[in-house]
Amino acid sequence: MPSSVTIEWYVALSVILFTMGALGVLLRRNAIIIFMSVELMLNSANLLFVAFSRYLSDLNGQVLVFFVITVAAAEVAVGLALIVVIFRTRHSINIDDVNLLKG
Amino acid sequence: MGNPFVFIILAIIAIAAATGMLLSRNAVHSALYLVLNFMTIAVFYLTLNAPFVAMVQVTVYAGAIIILFLFVIMLLGAEQLRGIAVEQRGERWHRLLAMVLAVALIGVFVYLIIIEGAPIGGEIPLIDSSPTELGLLLFENYLLPFEITGLLLLAAMIGVAVLGHSKEESDNA
Repeated sequence: MPSSVTIEWYVALSVILFTMGALGVLLRRNAIIIFMSVELMLNSANLLFVAFSRYLSDLNGQVLVFFVITVAAAEVAVGLALIVVIFRTRHSINIDDVNLLKG
Repeated sequence: MGNPFVFIILAIIAIAAATGMLLSRNAVHSALYLVLNFMTIAVFYLTLNAPFVAMVQVTVYAGAIIILFLFVIMLLGAEQLRGIAVEQRGERWHRLLAMVLAVALIGVFVYLIIIEGAPIGGEIPLIDSSPTELGLLLFENYLLPFEITGLLLLAAMIGVAVLGHSKEESDNA
């Protein structure tokens, strides 16, 4: 057991969480779960920002996290509103049912 | 940069919560697993000398965003997709392809970590990360991005209001 955690540990954890989010986007068909997976990916990026902020003793990384959180909040609000509208017209949130633009 | 035991325990909880979110059939359970994951990441922030970011994480993510998710899930009654069989319909090769892509993604990252290796040894100095310092940095160096963020939130708010306004109501009005 090493005596202290190095930056690689955080990079590895962030990679694992990001890949799980990407897998969720690819595998699940429920639009709400897909949004949650996107949130997971954004969170893994945030974790890496903060870890590198600590590693480099630079506060800028923490400020960037605020911007990511703001964009994520705006994205969730608009995305969930879109899901509600889609549910109203098609009575389903399965993304396989949303193929109106398909040729 | 922290105690290895704390890191390993938190990492296991975070990965388990993410797995639970991916695998659970019920969307409400997924949302609750996501809360657990966000909370774990907030504790990570605390161990990484970022207490203010940790509190923002708890209030904005675990508070506001998850409440929004739960609200929409329960509003639509969409705890489960109509019929699991529909979800399974002939997607075998999709799953296989997704797994291959995930392995490739992890492989690329691991390769990059290995070739970039060589961390700086020794103790890293703690910097002052109080809300005061963060606020000063935000308003001195990042004033324009901050204003653009405000504009983005305004645009999102107007967009949600437009999307949420249903046709029938406007016909009646």
